[in-house]
Amino acid sequence: MSDATYAGRTVAVDPEGFFVDPEQWTDEMAPEIAAEVGIGELTDRHWQVIKFMRHEYEQRGAGPTVRVLGRTSGVSIKELYELFPKGPAKLAARIAGIPKPRGCI
Amino acid sequence: MPDSIEKVSIIISKGSFDGIYPGLIMANGARAEGIDANLFFTFFGLDAIHRSRHEHIKLSTVGNPGLHLATMLGGLPGMSSVMTHYLANKMEALDIPPVPEFLEMISDTGAGLYACKASVDLFGLDKSDLIPQVLDIITVGEFYALAAGGQIIFT
Repeated sequence: MSDATYAGRTVAVDPEGFFVDPEQWTDEMAPEIAAEVGIGELTDRHWQVIKFMRHEYEQRGAGPTVRVLGRTSGVSIKELYELFPKGPAKLAARIAGIPKPRGCI
Repeated sequence: MPDSIEKVSIIISKGSFDGIYPGLIMANGARAEGIDANLFFTFFGLDAIHRSRHEHIKLSTVGNPGLHLATMLGGLPGMSSVMTHYLANKMEALDIPPVPEFLEMISDTGAGLYACKASVDLFGLDKSDLIPQVLDIITVGEFYALAAGGQIIFT
């Protein structure tokens, strides 16, 4: 475990950069985390996914799979991969400050 | 050697439920990690991308010791359907989609789906028999060209 600084605040992250405590996350941190994973600008569509990730995590205690994202987030799987080319479930979880999804699907 | 995998090309050569799923899961999982993926369907693996057959992919219950089922029971009429149904339900609970939806999903992730030309010719098929997500019918040589610079996984 190590520390990272986003939006001027120090937060605990795991070795891959995922938040250890999602409570430490704030909206202002998202653009800085996104820049770290190669996403230059967060559009409204990115935000729709990020908000959905947060909501799912709060409801179920885990981030959704890509299949669930594609069905219920209002963003299709095709678009999810356009928004987060290096893997939507993983990248959106990281930007949304929730733990890394561990499913195989 | 780089310390990460950037591209995989996965060959699916079997047409049974347990022959098709591992390759699909590997391909989908690769894309989820941001790894480029191609799928090459050959021989009976073509059933996975056959319009009318891919909804009826069955588990093989004969000669499949992994099921821990007495050999003679495995051959009973309907056994394959029952076991397939049972396993498909368990997989749905784990959010693993049925074959047709899974292929559509994998295609939407940006993975390339290809059919083997020799097998298509062997079974007397053409592109109209295959699902629209199939990008092309390609030769072995073209497959190797496509796979260049990445890892090849045979299933």
